[in-house]
Amino acid sequence: MTNMTSPLDRRRHLTGMAFITPTMAVIIAILVYPILQSIVLSFGQSSIDGSEPYSFVGLKHYATLAGNERFWNSLWVTLVFTGLSIPLELAMGIGLAVLLNEHFRFKGIARLAVLFPWALPTALNTLMWRWMYNTDYGLFNAAALQSGIVDRPINWLGDETLAMGSMVVVAVWKTSSFMALIILAGLQSIPRELYEAGRMDGMTRWQEFREITLPLLKGPILVALIVRSMDALRTFELPFNLTDGGPVTATESLSLYAYKVIFDFIEFNYGAAIVVVQFLVIFAMSLLYILTLRNKD
Amino acid sequence: MTEVKLDRIGKSYGSVEAVQQFDLTIREGEFLVLLGPSGCGKSTTLRMIAGLESITKGDLMIGGTRMNDVDPKDRGVAMVFQNYALYPHKTVFDNMAMALKLQKVPAAEIQDRVGRTAELLGLTDYLHRKPAALSGGQRQRVAIGRAIVRTPDVFLFDEPLSNLDAKLRVKMRMELQELHDRLGATSVYVTHDQVEAMTLADRIVIMNGGVVAQVGTPREVYDRPADEFVAGFIGSPAMNFLDLMRDDTGRWITECGSLVLPSLPVDAGARRQVRLGVRPEHIAVTAGGQPQGDLDYQAEVLLDELLGADALLSLGVGKARLLARVGGTDHPVQGDRVAIALTAAQLHVFDADTGVALRD
Repeated sequence: MTNMTSPLDRRRHLTGMAFITPTMAVIIAILVYPILQSIVLSFGQSSIDGSEPYSFVGLKHYATLAGNERFWNSLWVTLVFTGLSIPLELAMGIGLAVLLNEHFRFKGIARLAVLFPWALPTALNTLMWRWMYNTDYGLFNAAALQSGIVDRPINWLGDETLAMGSMVVVAVWKTSSFMALIILAGLQSIPRELYEAGRMDGMTRWQEFREITLPLLKGPILVALIVRSMDALRTFELPFNLTDGGPVTATESLSLYAYKVIFDFIEFNYGAAIVVVQFLVIFAMSLLYILTLRNKD
Repeated sequence: MTEVKLDRIGKSYGSVEAVQQFDLTIREGEFLVLLGPSGCGKSTTLRMIAGLESITKGDLMIGGTRMNDVDPKDRGVAMVFQNYALYPHKTVFDNMAMALKLQKVPAAEIQDRVGRTAELLGLTDYLHRKPAALSGGQRQRVAIGRAIVRTPDVFLFDEPLSNLDAKLRVKMRMELQELHDRLGATSVYVTHDQVEAMTLADRIVIMNGGVVAQVGTPREVYDRPADEFVAGFIGSPAMNFLDLMRDDTGRWITECGSLVLPSLPVDAGARRQVRLGVRPEHIAVTAGGQPQGDLDYQAEVLLDELLGADALLSLGVGKARLLARVGGTDHPVQGDRVAIALTAAQLHVFDADTGVALRD
């Protein structure tokens, strides 16, 4: 008879487990428990002070959601915001990364400068932009009026269509550099010989980019897309600080709507249902990216 | 007719001269090897021919046309890179077909040319694989195939075998030789491996510090090295060097006095000091024998290393040290006293200051 695990192996295994346990405990406490709790809450009815015990109500809150126009609006706003900002960020990010990968003077400073918007807190950025967008005193209107492009001030944040555009601009300005950073790391891992082989084969600079750079950046692009899409799908600080979801609900994202439901209307069971839906949307989006990019391989 | 002419070509980076005054005509169909230690300028020279590196001075002529400012793709050259430089996301077929696609060669012709090349290299079954799914040798074959498909006038090889393990390197070296015999294209091959250089080359260019030290056939560079550097670089294990001083009677003696040569095989002129070069394989060792001729000496075996077919003996002749290569069967061992004999015709003599070989 042979022993499946020797005492030595078993002891090593136990030591390993002992090292992992504290981390696992923390992860379960701060990640798994809240997620499960949200799901439990979304299927029930309870009160914040405990005066009313938790009662299971099944899909009641989800049914309410399905019939709530404001919910559908916030989902739509979130998807439009994501759909507009992510492609722009990606394009800007690739462009910046390719530029920063070239050799030029003050490259180190340029790299730092590009990272600056991303390094600042969103709340601070947003306040800064709110001032620039200000109808009466803002930089943009001053420039537009003085140069004679328009003869009346533009209501950047008060117009339903413009408000979304203004919000996207802030997001792109802030996070393109993050995309650029991840893509730059990818660029630097592409061996120089491939470009030399490309030159021997007769590629133009554009063909080098199409045939070598872009395909080999697939991995980093996927990572950047997933991270940034998750961010965009749960965007909160940006609309909260820039427009508070307005005008009316034109820029009210899912997160902002959930926040209002939970903290303004104190309906956290219903709010939990919104959060669960948001979780599913993000999950589906990640799955989609991974599958599309993997299939092309 | 494709002859490659390097007319006093030079490359400098700022004040650093990587290659100085490279002057050579590579003959039609010749297999030329650029050999030298790292940083000697051999790769830079190759890359200047390829067009991957600009030429600072001189003219590059390929097939009679000045190519200094011509795009790499229009020079009629193809390059095989050390790290293969295969496009990792493309199949073997697409890797080999890339240059033809970019030249807008009709699809049917691409199919045909890639197919024939794949067959030549035994890659037919792998055409739809990605490079990651190939072994090192197969990848190298694809890299060579990619060059062949373009039917270039000149093949450029940049240390193509140095990423392969020792066994595979020998195999691929032979394949390259066969391939060159079959295609007969002018080839320039960069390596730091003297065995590759000796076996593949029609002529070897040995470079040192950006300067050409010697150009010659493998036999010439081995038998008649132009200077001490070439003499020490070609041959394994490396040549033994001994400083010799002339005494008043005209004899040449090592500093310690244990090795005495009645005369030199070449005319040393008025020199009072020279360096003597003796290849390890040119020292005849007789176990227990007594010195008889003029160039015979008594030595002690300080260390013996069996290599298999051969053995290396570290010999002490007084304070002088010599490495000898002898047969591996019943060779003398550490502590043995032996007689060694040198042959005048196999001795090399170099100027003590310049290192240049002295010849009659």
